[in-house]
Amino acid sequence: MATSTAPSLRLSTLPPATGRAGLAGAIRSEFTKLRSVRSTYWTIAGLFIVSVGVAAIAGFAIANNIHNNPVNKAGMDAAQASLFAFFEFGQLIIAALGALAITSEYSTGMIRTSLTAMPRRGTVYAAKLIVFTTVTLIVSLITSFVSFFVGQAAMSGSGVSASLFHSVTIPATAVQNGPPSNVKFFGTIVITPGTVLTAIIGCALFVTVVALIAFALGSIIRHTAGAITSAIGLMFVLPIIIAILPDTWRWDIMRFFPDAAGRVLSVTIGQHNTHLWSAWPQFGVTIIYAVVLLSVGAYLFRKRDA
Amino acid sequence: MIEVRGLTKRYGQKVAVNDLTFGIEPGKVTGFLGPNGAGKTTTMRLILGLDYPDAGVVTVDGKRYQNLANPMREVGALLDAKAVHGGRSAYNHLLCLAQTNNLPKQRVGEVLELVGLTEVTRKRSKGFSLGMSQRLGIAATMLGDPKVLMFDEPVNGLDPEGILWIRNLMKALAGEGRTVFVSSHLMSEMENTADHLIVIGKGKLIADCTMAEFIARSSGAAVRVRTPSPDQLVLAIAAKGGEATADSDGTLLVRGMTADVVGDVAFEAGIRLHELSMLRASLEEAFMELTADSVEYHAGVTGTTANIGSGV
Repeated sequence: MATSTAPSLRLSTLPPATGRAGLAGAIRSEFTKLRSVRSTYWTIAGLFIVSVGVAAIAGFAIANNIHNNPVNKAGMDAAQASLFAFFEFGQLIIAALGALAITSEYSTGMIRTSLTAMPRRGTVYAAKLIVFTTVTLIVSLITSFVSFFVGQAAMSGSGVSASLFHSVTIPATAVQNGPPSNVKFFGTIVITPGTVLTAIIGCALFVTVVALIAFALGSIIRHTAGAITSAIGLMFVLPIIIAILPDTWRWDIMRFFPDAAGRVLSVTIGQHNTHLWSAWPQFGVTIIYAVVLLSVGAYLFRKRDA
Repeated sequence: MIEVRGLTKRYGQKVAVNDLTFGIEPGKVTGFLGPNGAGKTTTMRLILGLDYPDAGVVTVDGKRYQNLANPMREVGALLDAKAVHGGRSAYNHLLCLAQTNNLPKQRVGEVLELVGLTEVTRKRSKGFSLGMSQRLGIAATMLGDPKVLMFDEPVNGLDPEGILWIRNLMKALAGEGRTVFVSSHLMSEMENTADHLIVIGKGKLIADCTMAEFIARSSGAAVRVRTPSPDQLVLAIAAKGGEATADSDGTLLVRGMTADVVGDVAFEAGIRLHELSMLRASLEEAFMELTADSVEYHAGVTGTTANIGSGV
């Protein structure tokens, strides 16, 4: 290809510098970085396919189940059934994207090139955070809404499918005597569009904050596998360990962990788990985890040798 | 102008850079020499603020690197050609760097053309050979049209064509009045390009002098001259303070002078020269002699290479 002759250094004259390299340029740069690697598209596609796909499968399963056993109509949280895969499995996939946003710079050595171009590390960290949060929030909102609509479409006609446009009334409890056709329903639960909207948006916010926890772990651990493993440990494995602890302990401690918010934010039929706080205070716990970890990450990002 | 004062960096117990003080003059090629592990890369990382020193300061134009308004317009540095995200195309790699310093987008295409990578603009850099990666790294350094260029072992692992390309580039850059700071562990790399030398060993400064001074200082260094009138040349050189002796093959060996000076002397005296060259081996020897005490890892056993690899 290129010859070994003396390179001609014919470069056009640069326009004189205006101002100082700052946050705006760093944000443009970080967006270019995020959109120019395949892993971004793979993880987002994975998130979307898993969330929407499982929502569809769950929708068909529920419709079928209710058709055979109408008793299951009682207390059916149809919206949560469509959002479950998104906030439970989707958070793990988005955690990979969050961790990679920062660890890929370390695993490839790119961080040294990045920080040579822009040595003000606080600015670089902030730009990364802003770009990643924005992209993740948009992707999460879209995925959450699409999961909901696809899931509800799959269970249309079952009599329980939730809606964003009108209230849906489902029986609160049911008693079955003999064959499935002989069911007595008691009480009603009204699921308003507002409740449903809160659940959809709440789940998207939850998944975004989980992604930020993974981002923070990435900036602390600086190693892709390590960061993803610790994010999964914190959000997925730790809750399982807590679940097998004796009841007397676990009911007291489970509300202090960051995963709990997903399980209350997605509920549309009124909260049943009295051991957790209500949706927004419980989400506050997740946010506190994210803020603390992001602060530690920011401190280490600035303080350590690159 | 880069100013290094009292720079010290420790990694755990190991002192990588030890109270280093030197300055890099503008508009010159300064060679940064030292055996492997001498602390060259660490010094460069400290200059760029990638690592934080335990003591001492580094300034670029009187400012700390972190405080430069637009760092890419001041310094273009290539420490490791493979320090890129391999999944990103050459174009996007350069674009994301240019954006940090608010450099115009069309600059990316220009620097890619400069280094001859136009054909692989949209290719992911994962598949690049070392030579191509090196060119990509150099393209990045040129984005901001910087006054100072810094290269760490730029020819390591390159084929002869790549080496020649880098050498010519450095000369061209210096020819434009830019400051070039280039490290190497081989003296031979420096002799044709560097005006000034900074030699370190085990993190300490060993020499900070011009190339001519270094040659004059090292007793072994010599210039080899072939001429039809050797007697006249010996006299002319002696008159200028040099010392010329006849070598076994009929050539002259001149000590205490650079090849440039010898050529000038001969020209002024009207003496025809058929050959004029720096004795590479002697210069390399002088460098090794100078740094012998500070080589990081001495080979344990010498002269038994025949045994190496036969034990398995």
